[in-house]
Amino acid sequence: MAKPAVITHPESLKNPAGPSEYSKHPVNSSLTKEAKIALYTKMARIRHFEQRCIRVYQQGKIGGFLHLYVGQEAVAAGTISLLGKHDHIITGYRDHGHGLMVGMGMKECMAELTGKVTGCSKGKGGSMHYFAPDKNYWGGHGIVGGQAPLGTGLAYAVKYRGEKGSCFTYMGDGAVNQGAVHEAYNLAALWDLPVIFVVENNGYSMGTSQERSTAHPGCLAKRAEGYNMAWDVINGHDVYEVRAKTAAALKRAHEESKPTVLEIFTYRYFGHSMADPDKTYRDKEEIKEYRDKKDPVFLFEKELLAEKVLTPELVESINAAAMEEADAAAAFADESPEPTQADITKHIYWEEDNRGKNSTSSGTIIFE
Amino acid sequence: MAIISYREALRAAMRDELKRDENVVIMGEEVAQFNGAYKITEGLLKEFGPKRVVDTPISEAGFIGLGIGASMLGIRPVMELMFWSFSYVAFDQIVNNAGNIRYMSGGLINCPIVIRGPANGGTNVGATHSHTPEAILASHPGIKVVCPATPYDAKGLLKAAIRDNDPVYVMENTILYNDKGEVPDEDYIVPIGVADIKREGTDLTIVAHGRAVITSLKAAEILEKEHGVSVEVVDLRSIRPLDEETILASVRKTHRALLVEENKPFCGVDAQVAYLIQARAFDELDAPIGRVSSIDAPQIYSKKLEDLQLPYPARVVEAALKVLA
Repeated sequence: MAKPAVITHPESLKNPAGPSEYSKHPVNSSLTKEAKIALYTKMARIRHFEQRCIRVYQQGKIGGFLHLYVGQEAVAAGTISLLGKHDHIITGYRDHGHGLMVGMGMKECMAELTGKVTGCSKGKGGSMHYFAPDKNYWGGHGIVGGQAPLGTGLAYAVKYRGEKGSCFTYMGDGAVNQGAVHEAYNLAALWDLPVIFVVENNGYSMGTSQERSTAHPGCLAKRAEGYNMAWDVINGHDVYEVRAKTAAALKRAHEESKPTVLEIFTYRYFGHSMADPDKTYRDKEEIKEYRDKKDPVFLFEKELLAEKVLTPELVESINAAAMEEADAAAAFADESPEPTQADITKHIYWEEDNRGKNSTSSGTIIFE
Repeated sequence: MAIISYREALRAAMRDELKRDENVVIMGEEVAQFNGAYKITEGLLKEFGPKRVVDTPISEAGFIGLGIGASMLGIRPVMELMFWSFSYVAFDQIVNNAGNIRYMSGGLINCPIVIRGPANGGTNVGATHSHTPEAILASHPGIKVVCPATPYDAKGLLKAAIRDNDPVYVMENTILYNDKGEVPDEDYIVPIGVADIKREGTDLTIVAHGRAVITSLKAAEILEKEHGVSVEVVDLRSIRPLDEETILASVRKTHRALLVEENKPFCGVDAQVAYLIQARAFDELDAPIGRVSSIDAPQIYSKKLEDLQLPYPARVVEAALKVLA
């Protein structure tokens, strides 16, 4: 069994990046000590959950695809930490980090990966299809870019109902070449919809680098100009910067009902999915460079140590607790029951699951 | 009871539902200012305003996907496709997103969207605009598909579709838009999944949907007058859910079945219906099941040949006589 990657990398300590220039931004300076600790804790929880997933996958308990968020934590953490009551979230298949950030429990998330009935989608969705609509989280979508029109529609509904809200519509850098994304951009700009398109640019659309996949004028976000849409680029290794620049987009959505494209530069340490041996398209040195110098969790840890918000003891206890929580989630997933064969044909139609005197349909709808 | 057209019946359904539920929104290409490419939505913009009746760009994947997303939050979009043929550029949204979201979320999310528009050949517009995707779409669990053949059913089924909490795809027919029939002014729905015996008979059951019902009714007239045969015509009205019991009851009565549809034969709706009959009424059959579909080629442009490619009364009569032989 491979040893799980550790969060505290000694190399990182040798390359202090210095304090974030966004630490004094009002959206960050206004954070209480407790809020900062909570934000760090959430990032650490994502990291440890994902690393625990690797072990569960290697034990053969997770089927299908497993796309890890390790290295990208500051994107979900920074953006989602700003969201309010009427702000919604939708993303692609690298969806665990967003789920944990909105408040999904590690147990239901892990059990979904192992296909158990206690999973967030009752074992029907898997890694790529987490949902928590009670927390404004609309998935978890498997087809690259396919969620972009849905997110635009969620924003349309928010606006239709007169709510001061938005929809954060996440995608990877590979999604920007999908037609559905461009159609969504056009509708969002044309109808002044409060969507924030977040391009999580980790440099690779699966195994194809940005240089080999995408024609662009210097950055991917600039394509927004073609739709007369605001845009910005963000260092996704600095959670303070993510929060500061996202806050401006959120204000634009809330106060002007206008969309924004945010391109957040980030990096994933593992392959596209666990099925990717990650040996052909990038150098090990490149991964090491990011891990050593730009790790978002570790940089924030250092920031908060320097601010004296965190102490080494607190860091240790937070990480130990997160690891323990991930272990407990793995145990919960192990102990949870499988769905039954009868569950295969449930949750297909609302009507079938809610038959009553007001039913608008009858007849055979599940066929033998 | 007024005599109105199929077109007016669809419009009346939308008007009723726009009045009944403030979450209902009509959306599509040319539905508002242009009054609808086929004038189905004529006057609705004037009556309900631009918040409720919305013109979209020519961007099916975008606006259908937008409607699906909005429906997840409780809006009830009624999306017009100018042709169901155009659904093919929005297939991922229509199938993967609308059709799967409830299942993949373990029942946490609903998608109460209606997508409607014409799905038919016979209008001399060539293969790209003449698709009939009811069988393709109904093959996906999670999706409901209805195909009204008459003004009464058009209004009742569309109203049921708008009130339904699952994605319902309503496939109309441009050739039927001017057909007239009796339609009640008062509120009613035609429940989805209930077939209708459009003509009673004792010698042969014809199962059809959409315009093939009208074709079959004409064939039944000829069969009665010229051949003394009593034909029962079962209008499926809904493809998924499917009213299997009405089909089987009719076959058990007549002991002979002919299936008529405007789809191409391979994996058409009637492939499923034929399976059903042989599986559950095999001993009742006095003859092999007969079938009339469109001739198996992309839809031809030539009007003269297209009229031969689609089922027409004489071809249905000929097939019926074979089943009766």
